[in-house]
Amino acid sequence: MAVLTDRPAATPARRHQRAARTLATRFLGYATLVFFGLVFLYPFVIQIGNALKTEPDAAANPLSPFPDPLTLAGFERIFAGTNFPLWLGNSLLVTVLVTIGRVFFDSLAGYALARLRFRGRGGLFAAVIAVMAVPGVVLLIPKFLVLNQLGLYNSYAGLVVPLLADAAGVFIMKQFFESIPVSVEEAARIDGASIFRTFWSVVLPMAKPALITLTILSFQGSWNEFPHSLVSVQDPDLFTLPRGLADLVSGSLGKGTQYPLKLGAALLATIPVAIIFVVFQRYFVRDANDGSDKG
Amino acid sequence: MATETLTAVATAGGAGTRRGRGGIRSNENLAGWLFVAPVIVILGLFLLLPILMALWVSLTDWNGQGSPFTGDVPFVGAHNYTQLFTEDGLARRDFMTSIRNNIYYVAIVVPTQTVLALGLALVVNNRMLKGKSFFRSAFYFPSVTSSVAISVVFLFLFANSGAVNALLGFVGIDGPEWFADSRGVLHLLFGVVGVDSPPAALADGGPFGLTWWDWLAGPSVAMISIITLVVWTTSGTFMLMFLAGLQNVPVTLDEASTLDGASRWQRFRYVTLPMIRPTTFLVLTLGMIGSWQVFDQVYVMSQGDPAKTTLTPAYLSYRTAFRDFDYGSGAAISFVLFLIIIVFTLIQRRALAERDTDRPRRGWWRRRVPERS
Repeated sequence: MAVLTDRPAATPARRHQRAARTLATRFLGYATLVFFGLVFLYPFVIQIGNALKTEPDAAANPLSPFPDPLTLAGFERIFAGTNFPLWLGNSLLVTVLVTIGRVFFDSLAGYALARLRFRGRGGLFAAVIAVMAVPGVVLLIPKFLVLNQLGLYNSYAGLVVPLLADAAGVFIMKQFFESIPVSVEEAARIDGASIFRTFWSVVLPMAKPALITLTILSFQGSWNEFPHSLVSVQDPDLFTLPRGLADLVSGSLGKGTQYPLKLGAALLATIPVAIIFVVFQRYFVRDANDGSDKG
Repeated sequence: MATETLTAVATAGGAGTRRGRGGIRSNENLAGWLFVAPVIVILGLFLLLPILMALWVSLTDWNGQGSPFTGDVPFVGAHNYTQLFTEDGLARRDFMTSIRNNIYYVAIVVPTQTVLALGLALVVNNRMLKGKSFFRSAFYFPSVTSSVAISVVFLFLFANSGAVNALLGFVGIDGPEWFADSRGVLHLLFGVVGVDSPPAALADGGPFGLTWWDWLAGPSVAMISIITLVVWTTSGTFMLMFLAGLQNVPVTLDEASTLDGASRWQRFRYVTLPMIRPTTFLVLTLGMIGSWQVFDQVYVMSQGDPAKTTLTPAYLSYRTAFRDFDYGSGAAISFVLFLIIIVFTLIQRRALAERDTDRPRRGWWRRRVPERS
């Protein structure tokens, strides 16, 4: 109540004070943003800069983003002196297969859990939720045991098949399918379309936003996947990019040297995800975006 | 296998048409199970079955040769577990060292990333600032990139002649050799006040085979670089979660408290903070669950060195199995770790279910991914 009597009494001086404070807050806000913007992005700038430097230059001026002299020697050695092209090929193959598999299988299961009435559905959904809570890292040895028993160890199948479905993806798809009105399917079913056909040609096309989200998450996840490739293959011919990169850093080249080459290889491994991120940002940060307009 | 299931599903669709005449719902039972079959098979084979197999292996002395399920493999019962907790020896020493390292790691990483994420979210949520979407993306970008690739970059940043030491040099500090320095930071702090060697009371004796002095080492200098890296990569994800939480706080509430004369700090402390409590709890427990799983960074940056001060249970279980070929012990370590993480998961689910029935199911299962509604 005090405020009501306060308001009209606000003198120009007081308004001035308030404006000054707003200005100060704003300045402080931008300063914070810029500082943390640098903290979060400058390492990548350093990475790009140093990937293009000579070794002595990288050692002498690690902070400088400008190579002097600029050289592509690091990249030449990546392609000529390492198995990079092979790792890249393996990564592409694995990522494409895993992404296709996940999008298809997760959609099927998500649709069934959202819409089909079948016995055991409730229990199954509870199981999917439970599975999401299993920490990935404790599965390293277990996964190796199963792959070994199934004869999939050290094969492309071992790299791909275990990743073909994921519980989180099923969950995303289920949530989305539940938001589509039932009437659409009913019309198709009354017209005589089979369950699969209704799913495939009627519902799935409507689920495009969810499919894009799932595709991007699967791509990003399988492109970056490291521990799984560590326990599913041993043969250097089957290394994916993260595995090859880890090997390059901790194994064959040892520590402390060849930074332009290592940074360059890491950079090349980051570029695809970076492009996807920049292009499809809203699918990564969708919720945050949704709300910000309101404010 | 993938193609087989594919055809199976396709045939099921066809069959559905023929049999569908009887009633629209009559064949949903079959179709439902066929639709979920691929996922069940894959998750069953590579998630549930492995856990059971590993449970068996953790009770044996399997060395990786042949199958662990034949009669030749020596069954040792709970020995792999007792070795970790009660028997004096290298196995317990290493395990307890890794537990100690991870406790310090969690104790620093979780509060730091939570505070940083909340701070960033508050700034990015500020209505008066422009260009927020750029910064939001910038803060989140490290979270979507490969942990291995980022680790390589941080190896360079923390190298002896790296960027971090160059920055420290500007302010006159002679930076350490990060990845070779096994000194614990708490020991270093004790050193500042003149306690360089363990007082007699701490020098010998202590729980689980480590002396009190060892338990009180704090994270090593090498571990600090890994901690920095992890805080840097995860804060963006948690910032997005906080942002989603902040946007659920009604603007009117904030305005009302301003009219009541609440200061900025009071508004934050008594309005905002209580309103985003579920999110805070989510971030804290997700952070803890994630922090107990630290693996990639350790593998790439330090492999547990120097002097085992960056050894974590996750990495130790991997190393014990795949490098020392002691699969029984390795599996036992991962089960103990499993239990630790399950406890945190259960705490989180219980608390979320009690505190707020509206949002419990939404985000707890995601780690590097923002919430979605």
